[in-house]
Amino acid sequence: MITKRIIPCLDVKDGRVVKGVNFAGLNDVSSPERLSEFYSACGADELVFYDITASAEGRALFTDILTKVARTVFIPLTVGGGINTVDDFDRVLKCGADKVSVNSGAIRNPELISEAARKYGNQCVVISADIKRVDGDFRVFAKGGRVDTGMSAIPWIKECVDRGAGEVVVNSIDTDGAKSGFDIELLRLVRSAVKVPVIASGGAGSVKHFIDLFKEIPDIDAGLAASVFHFGEIKIPDLKRALKENGITVRM
Amino acid sequence: MIVIIDYGVGNLFSLRSSFESLGADVVVSDDEEVIARADKIILPGVGAFGDAIAKLRSAGLDKVVIREVKKGKKLLGICLGMQLLFEKSFEYGEWEGLGLLRGTVVPMQGSIPSELMIPHIGWNALIKKREHPLLAGVSAGDCVYFVHSFYAEGCEDSLIATAEYGKELTAMVAKDNVAGAQFHPEKSSSVGLSILKAFIDW
Repeated sequence: MITKRIIPCLDVKDGRVVKGVNFAGLNDVSSPERLSEFYSACGADELVFYDITASAEGRALFTDILTKVARTVFIPLTVGGGINTVDDFDRVLKCGADKVSVNSGAIRNPELISEAARKYGNQCVVISADIKRVDGDFRVFAKGGRVDTGMSAIPWIKECVDRGAGEVVVNSIDTDGAKSGFDIELLRLVRSAVKVPVIASGGAGSVKHFIDLFKEIPDIDAGLAASVFHFGEIKIPDLKRALKENGITVRM
Repeated sequence: MIVIIDYGVGNLFSLRSSFESLGADVVVSDDEEVIARADKIILPGVGAFGDAIAKLRSAGLDKVVIREVKKGKKLLGICLGMQLLFEKSFEYGEWEGLGLLRGTVVPMQGSIPSELMIPHIGWNALIKKREHPLLAGVSAGDCVYFVHSFYAEGCEDSLIATAEYGKELTAMVAKDNVAGAQFHPEKSSSVGLSILKAFIDW
């Protein structure tokens, strides 16, 4: 059977890995290359890189880093951040990315998903949605979680999948950084709305949170986290062992 | 020297990098002379069968590959590159493959339980069906990375490994000097690299 995936996420700014707490107060953690090799060696199933650099120089640095990572790390790599055109897909795929994650770029121009899916295949296109509760609704936020688009999350995610997104990353702004567990309510809604893999993001603070995620929603495909992995609060080999002991299929 | 055949289908960066990391002398080329000079051939591929076989044919590379394989050169097809080795594919139509292996490529849709997601994407365990030098470094339960919506069937004479996804899907084939992997060894961490290393030494 297919295994549940554990995915460390690396936010990269000016060539370094940073991680926001509720998307603010960035801390410098480590070198993307070293961290990637470390994660691959200890059993991460995939790596996600978000380029949170705004400048053109930073962007070039990011693709250099990605190229270096892809020369030594042989697990699937997903890249997001600043993906606004099909040319942006091309830019990161050439550097060794396997999947490209779109967020604000797709909100501005949903056709980007359709075009990219036609050109590179659905499996290559990941929709990443930053979602927050507003007035009893789940709303999609843009620009790194700063701007309320006014759009409801579930119809938006469905539209993205209909347009060809092959995977959905659900990042709950409400639980992000709080380390009190994944947003099970939101994830359950998304899981039942689409028939492509769904990756849970935001809120993991302990091994138990991952066990709860896969027990509560057996069809969820992957759990993603950043700081708890970067700071060694959760060690991936320990996490996988615990998941296995709890009857959850993982790659050892 | 190992040649990775470049016929404009998919991204060969990781594949080349994986061989380089193993110290192999590897080139990416669409040049008939380079392919003829190579000791071994990698046939990669992602995307749709119909497009890929058309591109291979329009570049005249189908004949080159078949000729080199008939000379006894070892070949590994990867993902869609493996599917191209079979006689036929029923991916959105009906296509003639290279016919280097017996078997056909068919959709998963309708032949696996409907609650399972298509594509079959992610890490899944290899189940060995036969011992083969390419699987020397693979142990029971070892996982590799799959991304595909179609699979090969009717290839019992070459089948060396499967993966369970509603049914046992063809994961790896090998017969004489022709082999194929449905999964991506270049994205399958140490297990995948062990298979590529075994190909280098095969």
